[in-house]
Amino acid sequence: MKKIVLLLLTITASMYICSCAHIDDEETDTGVTSVTVEDSDYYTRFKNDGLSINVYNWGEYIPDGSEEGTLNLNDEFTRLTGIRVNYTTYATNEELYAKLKGGGATYDVVIPSDYMISRMIKEDMLEPLDFTQIPNYKNIMDKFQVTEYDPDTMYSVPYTWGTVGIIYDTTAVDETEIDWDILWNEKYADSVLMFDNPRDAFAIAENMLGFSLNTENTDELRKAAEKLKEQKKIVQAYVMDEIFDKMGAGEAVLAPYYAGDAITLMDDFEHIGFVIPKSGTNLFIDAMCIPRGCRNKEAAEMYINFMCEADSAKAVSDFIGYSTPNQKAYEMLEDEVKNDGISYPDDDFIAEKTTIFRNLSDEANLTMQTLWTEMKSSEEQTPNRVIVPAFMTVCIIASLVILIRRYIKKKKDIF
Amino acid sequence: MKKLTSAPYILWMAVFIIVPLLMVAYFAFTNDTGEFTLDNLAAVSQYSNIFIRSIWLAAISTVICLIIAYPLAIILARTDKSYQSTVLMIVMLPMWMNFLLRTYAWMTLLGNNGLINGFLGIFGIAPKRMLNTQGAIVLGMVYNYLPYMILPLYTVIEKIDKRIIEAAQDLGCNSAMTMLKVIVPLSMPGIMSGITMVFVPAISTFIISRMLGGGSNLLIGDLIEMQFLGNSYNPNLGAAISLVLMVIILLIMTILNQFDDDEDRVLM
Repeated sequence: MKKIVLLLLTITASMYICSCAHIDDEETDTGVTSVTVEDSDYYTRFKNDGLSINVYNWGEYIPDGSEEGTLNLNDEFTRLTGIRVNYTTYATNEELYAKLKGGGATYDVVIPSDYMISRMIKEDMLEPLDFTQIPNYKNIMDKFQVTEYDPDTMYSVPYTWGTVGIIYDTTAVDETEIDWDILWNEKYADSVLMFDNPRDAFAIAENMLGFSLNTENTDELRKAAEKLKEQKKIVQAYVMDEIFDKMGAGEAVLAPYYAGDAITLMDDFEHIGFVIPKSGTNLFIDAMCIPRGCRNKEAAEMYINFMCEADSAKAVSDFIGYSTPNQKAYEMLEDEVKNDGISYPDDDFIAEKTTIFRNLSDEANLTMQTLWTEMKSSEEQTPNRVIVPAFMTVCIIASLVILIRRYIKKKKDIF
Repeated sequence: MKKLTSAPYILWMAVFIIVPLLMVAYFAFTNDTGEFTLDNLAAVSQYSNIFIRSIWLAAISTVICLIIAYPLAIILARTDKSYQSTVLMIVMLPMWMNFLLRTYAWMTLLGNNGLINGFLGIFGIAPKRMLNTQGAIVLGMVYNYLPYMILPLYTVIEKIDKRIIEAAQDLGCNSAMTMLKVIVPLSMPGIMSGITMVFVPAISTFIISRMLGGGSNLLIGDLIEMQFLGNSYNPNLGAAISLVLMVIILLIMTILNQFDDDEDRVLM
């Protein structure tokens, strides 16, 4: 009996030591473990009202406590304010747009990208924000306070930003200078991945051809589509988030993608590199907005304000890898992150070589969509000329068989 | 009384089948301001190559499914009754897994560094491009929809009266003749429902072509999805494409039913 007690004691003791060691590990991690708010009185207004808000955000775009040592921001918000958060996610701006346009669901906070925000403003789908209710807006960097997509700064508060660059396999790509044209290099035939969304794909072609990334000129769009069609024969697949798996497994060696995701990928795999092409690229901003028809605007503004707290913004940036527009959170970052040239390119480059997407006119969007479908369904890769004749033959044979059967049956019926 | 019990079903059908169908038709014939127009239908014609590709790939998959499923159904029907449910369960087992997951698994199997190419590599065979081809799409369709072909075939073949087969043999039919003159005609309803159950989902799938076709082999499903979630939100064109697709399926099913009707009458 004594022995058993001793054994149990030993086990408990060793477990205790282990857990201590574990806590020590976590302390060396600089991750945010709690959010210190500037003005905690502000958050307690609705404490006992049993409110809830619907937040609609990109997939994997908020710390959800899934990794050890990270916090769940939505839970933190609830703990602080007593407001419940119903959190749902979408995969593309267009999905968000279709959901809001189709009606049937009400959201209090949505986080679309730049061009989608200007489209929603134009179509009167957003509620103007009351900035006196969002005191932490002052934390947002000056350069993100005035934006082209929301010229009067009435509808949106930046959440994250980033650039588009090229993810490459350092063991397979030996060029030292990597620019967009490498995605057209036949040396890498069948190892290149490409965006499966027209706006980003066209932007790359437009960049190479020296057009504006916001061009609405049909001729220029057509030329860009030609360029993409040229690329099609060396493209392995048109994908979005599948890039993670394919690049990670060495299935492909080159892929254009967003900087924040590239950082996540580089953390997981040794052989992955990332460059922002010198010739210029697209800079995107995802910002928090309140759509028309929201049920609880003040609670939604409280949520936006909470996300602008330095600690929250840093937690977001740490967790998802995207750059933060929050000055205070930026100052808390390690120099290593600030100076890696990926998350925070220098201001001159941003000012001169990057373009933020604007909403295109309906006609330009339609032209782009049509050209994109045409490009994707063209069959340069394997000219399949058999399909149409074969299809016709099958139809003719089927009808002949029916006719013959009927004829035979009629004959039988006579007897 | 009979009317009363069927009321919920009629209501269900009206709300979730008839009304949506009418809405599809309404959207297909109107523009974004709600005026009557035929432009949407006219615009569908520019995608004729996508339609033909979808029909072609779905047809190939259906035929392959039929060729694989028919012998299997016969074997199943002839297995000892005590094993039958076990064997049937094994056939159905893949369906318990999520559809996306199953398709995703094929991506890792077929890839250039995938398991199959890795296996071939042992024998010094250079990696073959298998993923992102039309062949991969057909494979995905066959794999995912095969159970839908096996089930109706098995049910019908299992029900065939053994005495009819014995009678055929008594009257001097050899096994090939029995097959051709007795079993196949009697299983025709099963073949028809099997074809419908495979062909219809295969022709309108979009996730299989996206995952296994590399996004460059567009099918009708992708095209419809692009109208709603693509760069330009165009539910009217999307509805028009769906409408054309429905008409095509209706047409193909009518052609197929010709065989079915004939057989029924021959039997009578």
